[in-house]
Amino acid sequence: MRQINRHPEKGVHLMLVLLPFVLVIAAYFIGSAVRLEANPHDKLLPGIGQMADAVWRMAFTADKRSGDYLLWMDTAASLGRLLIGLGIASLLGLCFGIASGVFPMWRSPMSSFMTVVSMVPPLAMLPVLFIVFGLDELSKIMLIVIGITPMLARDLEQRAREIPPEIVIKAQTLGANSWTVVLRVVLPLLLTRLLTSLRLLLGSAWLFLISAEAISSTAGLGYRIFLVRRYMAMDVILPYVIWITLLAWLMDLGLRHLNRLCFPWAQGEKS
Amino acid sequence: MKLSHLLSVCLLGFSALVALPSQAAPKKEFNVCWTIYAGWMPWGQIATSGIIDKWAAKYGIKIHVTQLNDYIESINQYTAGQFDGCTMTNMDALTIPAAGGVDSTALILGSYSEGNDGVVLKGKGKTLKDLKGMKVYLPELSVSHYLLVRGLEKAGLREKDVTVVNTSDADIVSAFATNGVQAAVAWNPQLSVIKNTPNTSEVFESSQVPGELIDMMVVNSAVLKDNPALGKALTGAWYEMMAQMKAGDKNALNAMAAASGTDLSGYQAQLKTTHLFYTPADNLKFVSDAELAKTMQRVANFSFEKGLLGDGAQSADFIGISFPGNVTLGDSSNIKLRFDDSYLKMAAAGTL
Repeated sequence: MRQINRHPEKGVHLMLVLLPFVLVIAAYFIGSAVRLEANPHDKLLPGIGQMADAVWRMAFTADKRSGDYLLWMDTAASLGRLLIGLGIASLLGLCFGIASGVFPMWRSPMSSFMTVVSMVPPLAMLPVLFIVFGLDELSKIMLIVIGITPMLARDLEQRAREIPPEIVIKAQTLGANSWTVVLRVVLPLLLTRLLTSLRLLLGSAWLFLISAEAISSTAGLGYRIFLVRRYMAMDVILPYVIWITLLAWLMDLGLRHLNRLCFPWAQGEKS
Repeated sequence: MKLSHLLSVCLLGFSALVALPSQAAPKKEFNVCWTIYAGWMPWGQIATSGIIDKWAAKYGIKIHVTQLNDYIESINQYTAGQFDGCTMTNMDALTIPAAGGVDSTALILGSYSEGNDGVVLKGKGKTLKDLKGMKVYLPELSVSHYLLVRGLEKAGLREKDVTVVNTSDADIVSAFATNGVQAAVAWNPQLSVIKNTPNTSEVFESSQVPGELIDMMVVNSAVLKDNPALGKALTGAWYEMMAQMKAGDKNALNAMAAASGTDLSGYQAQLKTTHLFYTPADNLKFVSDAELAKTMQRVANFSFEKGLLGDGAQSADFIGISFPGNVTLGDSSNIKLRFDDSYLKMAAAGTL
């Protein structure tokens, strides 16, 4: 039988799914044990106990200095920035996408410009960005918006242009004007695509968030990681990374379910 | 196939994870690292001019001197066991390798900051008192943070009176250029750029806490114990370079200036605010002074308050620090940072 036609059976499938996780975790703890044996205070690969202590300290013990529960404070700060940033980016992306995807008069000035703008790496522009937007919350949100919007806009424009002309023409023969076409034909099709695009861009959004928090801040998940990096507290950094991964994964899951809930008709081909 | 492929990937990852823990046994090759800073530029020159090879050959060993770009990363690499020695400040030596259980020896206390670190406010004629209620931008938990706290102490203020905003040392200059930022703490060369902004006042600087921000060459104690040749070669090479600098060797100074991205006068200006110990005798006096232990006590207190000594630390005395003449500070059964004068004595006596 050809390799491409071989499918794992149910039990084997589950095992193969779990295998990489198990191997990575095992490799980590073997490495950690080796290093901890040589030096019980080793900070590079902390053991599970050290990490559990750190989580307990960060999440469930009030900070000595400020009395805050750091993990939750950081999470709230970061999620706030991320959601506002993604919200603004979605709105702008949708507007740009529709304008240049549906209206040829708008497409001419916007489409190529968006393509070029999306190639500017926002992180390279950082010093300029924070002279323009300051160093407070605004600059962090703006970094996410600037990083995400052009990608969203380009993707949505492309999807809008892929809408079969027959549908648009049919709507017009039924008496729809431009506004109705946008509202009743284009928008529903793009909204479901927006949710999918957002899922794909979540990783970038977190990247921009954490980079922004590394520059100047007083709270946030990225801030904490860059702060404790200064004394190599991997026992804090690793749980934070896992926590961020979990949050991102949950957001991804949430968006997928939202998409299924709001646009069940769009799920067919994607299964 | 899928399985074996996966396995090989994991094995690769595994071998990467188990980077060799620092081992101590007589060996022939050593790695030390350094980063760009006025007081550490001599290490670059020692390497490129071949002085290090000369001294290493004298003791039948080989020493690789590597320049790293990121200061904190260089200390982390040393702590993880990738280097046998590295340049760092006294505070970072206590909070990163020593707190991480890596027994470290401050082999050469090359210099201390005498104006290389400073607190700058926007506006003319400002004083430390003006900091009250302000946001201060600085790399949190660094020597800049320590300097700020020392300054606030002297002004009768507490850290609670200001808001510290963590800003990386790479971004501090452009941060200071924005309108929202009124106060920043930085070290050279960034400090000189910030001070050159019109309408600013430097309200506190490191020459007001002389001898507290020390820039050292730190070596893994176990490696040093088994390989005294490493200590001898590094110390010998360092003081040969110091002698050249003291004699005003234009060649060496020009090379160091170029390597730090400035010209001779720029580098000499940075050296003016760096208190280099040009002779082993000067250095010996500084290391043997009881002030050093007082400084380290202050640094340990600061580090403990900020949680830098790790989870196991119940007090500032958790980590033991030893000084010449059998003086110890903190837990003498957990000595992780050692100030050692034995190699300095050899250098001073000319027996290296």
